[in-house]
Amino acid sequence: MSRSMKMICPNGHLGFAPTREGSFALGVETNPDIIAADSGSDDVGPVPLGSDTSTSPLAWQTHDLELMLLASRARGVPMIIGSAGDTGSNSRVDLYVRIIRELAAKHRLKPFKVGWFHSEIDRDWLRAKMRRGDAVTGLDARPDLDDAELDATDRIVALAGVHPYIRLLDMGADVIIGGRSSDAALFAAPAIRAGYPEALSYYLGKVLECASFCAEPYGGKETVLGEITDTEVRVTAMHPDQRCTVASVAGHAMYERSNPFYEYVAGGCLDMSECRYEQIGPKTTRVTGPKFVPSDRIRVKLEGSGKIGERFVGLVGIRDPYTIANVDRVIGWAREKARERFGNADYELHYNVYVRDGIMGASDPDRDRPAHELCVMVQGIAPTAEMAEEVCMTGTRQMFYARLPDVKGTAGSVAFALDEVMRASPAYRWTLNHTVGIDDPLEVFPCRVEQVG
Amino acid sequence: MTKLSDIAKTIRSKNAGTDKITFDVIFPDAAAYERVKGSGVMTRESMAALYRIDPARITDFVAFDPALAIKFTVLRERPSGSPGDGDIFGAQQYAPLLELDVP
Repeated sequence: MSRSMKMICPNGHLGFAPTREGSFALGVETNPDIIAADSGSDDVGPVPLGSDTSTSPLAWQTHDLELMLLASRARGVPMIIGSAGDTGSNSRVDLYVRIIRELAAKHRLKPFKVGWFHSEIDRDWLRAKMRRGDAVTGLDARPDLDDAELDATDRIVALAGVHPYIRLLDMGADVIIGGRSSDAALFAAPAIRAGYPEALSYYLGKVLECASFCAEPYGGKETVLGEITDTEVRVTAMHPDQRCTVASVAGHAMYERSNPFYEYVAGGCLDMSECRYEQIGPKTTRVTGPKFVPSDRIRVKLEGSGKIGERFVGLVGIRDPYTIANVDRVIGWAREKARERFGNADYELHYNVYVRDGIMGASDPDRDRPAHELCVMVQGIAPTAEMAEEVCMTGTRQMFYARLPDVKGTAGSVAFALDEVMRASPAYRWTLNHTVGIDDPLEVFPCRVEQVG
Repeated sequence: MTKLSDIAKTIRSKNAGTDKITFDVIFPDAAAYERVKGSGVMTRESMAALYRIDPARITDFVAFDPALAIKFTVLRERPSGSPGDGDIFGAQQYAPLLELDVP
């Protein structure tokens, strides 16, 4: 029997919904060498990164960290968290480190070392690179970054590869809290550090990062076990009713990825096009054949979010079939009233017409067949909260006064369940989805280790 | 006429990063997979027509044999979560695929 390393992953996005404890306990009983989970995603939209908040409740984050910390300390094996607190910003890393310290005190844990790294990128550092002719290259059809778009950005994180994780393990960290990272990297790092092939190590990370999403039947937040040897990766579902099958494991390779064959990380590309999948047990699938193609120069991916303005939201109902058929004219009327009031001032009005095309917009093939009642969500955005409220109120209430030529109901064109507009999170947008070259893979990921207890 | 939802095991959509949405249609067996793959009902062009978008916005279109899956990826009209985006996760964009007629 050749050597192997075992890792369990209890949650594909730690904190976003609570880890299921039953299958986690079964995972811990397998004597894993590493307990690891990713805690972030750009799925949650640009608001958390821009406003430097978490979308996950503190109680759920603490619950999951507590489960993993107690298991890690009881077994004496490293615990690794990536992309802390949804965004992996510096404040989220510091928050998780603080939670770890508080949990250690609460449970009177024996002294251990906590290590962390930050991932935020300073705008001036990036601007200086651009001045030196280092292009910040756009992904997914975006143009290269220019000064205007950089100026419009409030916060930038870089996605770390394996490098800061390996460094922190070298520094003796027992618990690692990572800033923004490629999901696969935090699992790949301990395997690569132990000398396992890079291709299999990154594949292990790729398959484990979403926990039970690589198992069937569907059911999130359950623990999976990954085991790497010098020649293969084996992945096993821990929940009694879940299995890792050829279809579920291969199917997971394409989840949330534009292409099922290639996964880019800082330092290279995982090529899964010749992976072979075999069922080797009722709950276990074996994978062989991934390749890793190192890049000439390390390019890190950057995510950036910029504030558009303060935001209020209004909700409008429509029941008259004639008004439903003419809802765009009703919206046009309200937009015109806002134009009359605010002119060319810096504001935005957005309308989502639910039960027509509120979810898909112009892509909806059924948008010509609206239902018998509609709900319209109105968003008003402006530089100040006061103005955003008035923009939203204008865009909402003026729908009530819309003048349609043949309408029978002349006492009000729409229905309000709430005659008010509500303050929402400020509006942000993704300003950066780019890459930039770096010379030292640790250059933008400063690492620290401190004793706890 | 058979609908895609009658013979596919999974039909889903989800963000692939901030600027794209990816669609996965996964079949329970090779027969169903090959039937749809060979029918021409799912192509880059037919998907662009179904979603009323320029075919150039479909960045990837892949038949993925190991997973018995057909997958395509679309550039979003605007980045996820920008004001007016009705689906931050891209999780409900698959619905029109359910009713697709399979010969």
